[in-house]
Amino acid sequence: MSQSQDLPQFEDHSKQEHRYTTCYMCACRCGIKVTLENEKIRFIQGNQDHPVNKGVLCAKGNSAIMKQLSPAKLTQPLLRKPGTERGAGEFEPITWDAALEMLTARLANIRATDPKKLAYFTGRDQMQALTGLWASQFGTINWAAHGGFCSVNMAAAGLYTMGHSFWEFGDPDWERTKYFMMWGVAEDHASNPIKLGLKRIKERGAKFVAVNPVRTGYQAIADEWIAITPGTDGMLALSMVQVLLREGLVDDEFLIRYTNGPQLVINNPGKQGDGLLLRDAEGNPQVWDQHTNGMQSAFSSDVAPALLGEYEAPCGTPVRTAFSILMEKYMAPEYAPEAASKVCGVDAESIERIALEMAHVAFKETITIDTEWTDWAGRKQSQFIGRPVSMHAMRGISAHSNGFQTCRAIHLLQVVLGTIDCPGGHLAKPPFPKHIVPPIKPAKSNVPNTPLESAPLGFPTQPEDLVIDENGKPMRIDKAYSWDAPIANHGLMHMVISNAVAGDPYPIDTLMLFMANMAWNSSMNTAQTMDMLRAKDENGDYKIPFIVTCDAFHSETVNFSDLVLPDTTFLERYDTISMLDRPISEVDAACDSIRQPILALDRDVRSWQEVMVDLAGRLKFPAFVNDEGQPKFEGYEDFIVNFERAPGIGFLAGWRGKDGEKSLRGEPNPNQWKAYIDNQCFFKFELKPNQRYMRHANRDYMELAKEAGWVGSTDQIVIELYSETLQKFRLAGQGLYDGPQPTEEHHKERLKTYFDPLPFYYPPLEQERTDAKEYPFYAVTQRPMFMYHSWDSQNSWLRQIMSQNYLYMHRSKGEALGIKDFGWVWVESHNGRIRAQVKLMEGVNPETVWTWNAIAKQQGTWGLSDDANESQQGFLMNHLINELLPGEVEAGGHRMTNSDPITGQAAWYDLRVKITPVSDDDKDLTGQKLSWPRFDKVKPLPNFTPATKMSSYSSHPNINISRGWRDIFSRGEK
Amino acid sequence: MKLGLVVDLDTCVGCHACATACKQWNTSGTIGPLSDERPYGKDPSGSWLNRIHSYEVGDSPHSKTVNIPMSCMHCETADCVTVCPTGASYKREEDGIVLIDQDKCMGCNLCSWACPYGARELDPDSGTMKKCTLCVDRIYDEQLPESERQPACVLTCPTSSRVFGDFDDPDSEVSKLTRERAGQQLMPELGYNPVNTYLPPRIPKQQDSIVVSPMQGVKQLVNRIINR
Repeated sequence: MSQSQDLPQFEDHSKQEHRYTTCYMCACRCGIKVTLENEKIRFIQGNQDHPVNKGVLCAKGNSAIMKQLSPAKLTQPLLRKPGTERGAGEFEPITWDAALEMLTARLANIRATDPKKLAYFTGRDQMQALTGLWASQFGTINWAAHGGFCSVNMAAAGLYTMGHSFWEFGDPDWERTKYFMMWGVAEDHASNPIKLGLKRIKERGAKFVAVNPVRTGYQAIADEWIAITPGTDGMLALSMVQVLLREGLVDDEFLIRYTNGPQLVINNPGKQGDGLLLRDAEGNPQVWDQHTNGMQSAFSSDVAPALLGEYEAPCGTPVRTAFSILMEKYMAPEYAPEAASKVCGVDAESIERIALEMAHVAFKETITIDTEWTDWAGRKQSQFIGRPVSMHAMRGISAHSNGFQTCRAIHLLQVVLGTIDCPGGHLAKPPFPKHIVPPIKPAKSNVPNTPLESAPLGFPTQPEDLVIDENGKPMRIDKAYSWDAPIANHGLMHMVISNAVAGDPYPIDTLMLFMANMAWNSSMNTAQTMDMLRAKDENGDYKIPFIVTCDAFHSETVNFSDLVLPDTTFLERYDTISMLDRPISEVDAACDSIRQPILALDRDVRSWQEVMVDLAGRLKFPAFVNDEGQPKFEGYEDFIVNFERAPGIGFLAGWRGKDGEKSLRGEPNPNQWKAYIDNQCFFKFELKPNQRYMRHANRDYMELAKEAGWVGSTDQIVIELYSETLQKFRLAGQGLYDGPQPTEEHHKERLKTYFDPLPFYYPPLEQERTDAKEYPFYAVTQRPMFMYHSWDSQNSWLRQIMSQNYLYMHRSKGEALGIKDFGWVWVESHNGRIRAQVKLMEGVNPETVWTWNAIAKQQGTWGLSDDANESQQGFLMNHLINELLPGEVEAGGHRMTNSDPITGQAAWYDLRVKITPVSDDDKDLTGQKLSWPRFDKVKPLPNFTPATKMSSYSSHPNINISRGWRDIFSRGEK
Repeated sequence: MKLGLVVDLDTCVGCHACATACKQWNTSGTIGPLSDERPYGKDPSGSWLNRIHSYEVGDSPHSKTVNIPMSCMHCETADCVTVCPTGASYKREEDGIVLIDQDKCMGCNLCSWACPYGARELDPDSGTMKKCTLCVDRIYDEQLPESERQPACVLTCPTSSRVFGDFDDPDSEVSKLTRERAGQQLMPELGYNPVNTYLPPRIPKQQDSIVVSPMQGVKQLVNRIINR
């Protein structure tokens, strides 16, 4: 507006200061501009120049002031009072010096004796490059972040199929896509970019199809809503694949050039080597060349491979193309739309129609970009061809025990339509795509005072890579990379407490948790998990002898800790969102970013980054000490600038080189932090137009990627529709593998059944073991958009939007059961029961009930008062879910983990329940409307100051606009 | 000038970003602070100038979720102004923004009863009435970069579902959007003549399908000579 009228000066800009940093109210990593005055925050807004959020900000980011002001902030290191019981909530302050000395002594002893006895698991942090390096320098294989209970299925399926995936690994081409399909709940990853993208496609009139049992969130604005039965998305995807195959509507050029579809697979059922790729003496997979009518290397450029066909290898072995197997598999009657319809609750006509709509967009609405680029073989190409169909999927697919194969099925659908990394399709984000798979094997060593020989987490490609001992038993505390979960790329954090308490595979000494609420909403089976944390052996010693928690807030898990190390908030620390880790890249640019302290510390807390580097020096990790054995880095900032993973490659890719003149690779720059701060705290390296598409086979891009250290070679990344890796594990299950093989029957069964080299649908494991008549409803959860990944929902603004969750069910089902809106019900699973309040709704699959996750809090935590709705009416679905599968005990007396049998992904969404109304004379309700189970109130921490009954925040006194008396009297009534 | 907002119900996903951005800006703004009662207790309740209401329309399987952000409509016939006994509540002549002089408001609530849109909220601490100012303390502030001279809710909206402008100017974006997308007043029958308009959801996109012949079994997917 141009006129300023006679308005007062509202803001004293001379007293205000703007500083940039990166939001951490969720995992989105948006750029923010913070206005400060009087040492208070005036305003936090999206940074308009930032590649992630382009100026917008979500409900969480806009509420960051209230996170900063939370009464639940930890203020000092705490030690469980000697002589008190763990979980009793009796703490005494301890100085940082004493705390770190105590911890160093304990850790040094573990490191010098049996390093794996330290289990270090981190929650929803974004510094796994640092914590992983730390663990590997410590020498413990027992490290992982929270991916195992979040979305490892998506990452693993993508990386084992096409070298990238969704979210941090790739995005729809929002600018060009004409058909967008969103599978399952996915509001969370990533929040603002998806919203920005949805706006773009709605403006353009692209079609948006949402596949989700619940019509909330983004589903509300979808052009079409598919109310699928939970856990059956794989069937839907593969049925659409059948329609496309049946009609010949596949991009055969794409399949031949960029996938292993034409590669020849040994067809020798029941014999060793069956299902592996036919290879020549140099190890190159073979194709049938139609020019020479003979075998040729699949990597040769000068061949015309047959996509279909059965042949005979020179040695006489029968072979057929991978695509022939694929055709046979998906043309089977079980994947016909009519049959699929019965499984996934989507009518056959819709399955047909959506497949054919996508085919129309892919093949009749093709787009081209006339840019010259060089393909993998060095040939100039004149344009990029775009098939503008795109998809997104995340937790809704991931958190089922069939999630890995379901995600592979979605990728297969994308691939047969030729929509990978092309204009309008699904685009990778640097440093992706990677070769399939990155050549990092999970570490297996456990040598005192010695770093691991490789990273704790890696990418197995064969049974030899498993982290098992000579008897085939798991070596990791979470049993990742064992026969239980061979491709557990992110570990199984949800199994750590349960396994450690059971001493299976062995007891540990210290459990160190960062930013993970394992005593509450991040564990299955919450009440029993609390008991496990308190459990003692026959000598009266805790089964987990020592628990260290680092968190910024008073969570339920803090209460179960022996040592509490208080973290800063995100506005008080330096941080990197690193290219070595989980960068913020966009589809057309490599990007990373930092955080800088915006506010001065007002309490005795330290950032976990600083503490990690400090401890690494104290423990004399080789990478952290100099030749004299003295700490090499002054602190985190110094470490970030000077640490190099490979020559010239460090945590931050921007402003490298002595004078900051180099990008991506270059020697350390002592002024790198300042350069980031001067550039609004982010670095963006734009790809040239010829480097933006078909990157799996684009030499112009691959040369850059190799120079930047993102990939090890410029070889083509061949998309693996057919996974030889999975087949190797299946052969091991069949007893046909020339290498490690499982000895227990149930392991053999799992490998034979689930390690199909081609994606397939199977019912989720818990569902299969649960009586559907007894437990007729599927039960799933999601987080509301204004709280997604916001780890502390005590936020006083956000909790005004929601402080209680309800159990949502379809109106017709509720009415049939005599349940009224806001009525109370018992929800019961094989694992227990909870009491919850119901809301009836229309937009939900009638067989499904759901709730908002992690709204409930334990009384006394998170700075909430005793009568807060979160602890009184809020409820967790977690109580109904066990970390072990129900039913039969497997061979060896173990119940199997409630996880994806391939990746170990926690199967949160496989739950089935029954629902009964609470009768009015239910004694447990005691006249009050309370959720159940109830828990003891957690005691306040030392020096806790409860919140006032009224809060009136402002950074300066308001400047009122005074209405003049003349105006009042002259305008009269109107 | 007739300043107001256009809200696009076709793309509003109900994320509440506008609501908290509003709360954040205005708690330190001209009518701030916006107080919160029992911020960490039972039924926390504070004053908000913009709230999101979500409804289901229709019965399944044809139900639809609609998210409607609600704030002051800056009505042309603003009864909230007429009923104010102290003259605190007024509509500015120059731009039509309805404001409340915090120094003259005695918290009698008459205006909030007069408002059919529930746009006015009594601050639990100050006892005065609070409502949307259209961020009058942003939009005229020439010391802000021009691109930021927008209401906080508009600036932050991740789906750009909120547009701010002058409805008197036929070439403004708000006028054009209202014209082209059949923007509606909420409850016009009540006669308050609200300035803000809401864009109805677009007609769902009808996507062509590839035409296939009636099912005759598998079409022959044949090998073509395609060089790698």
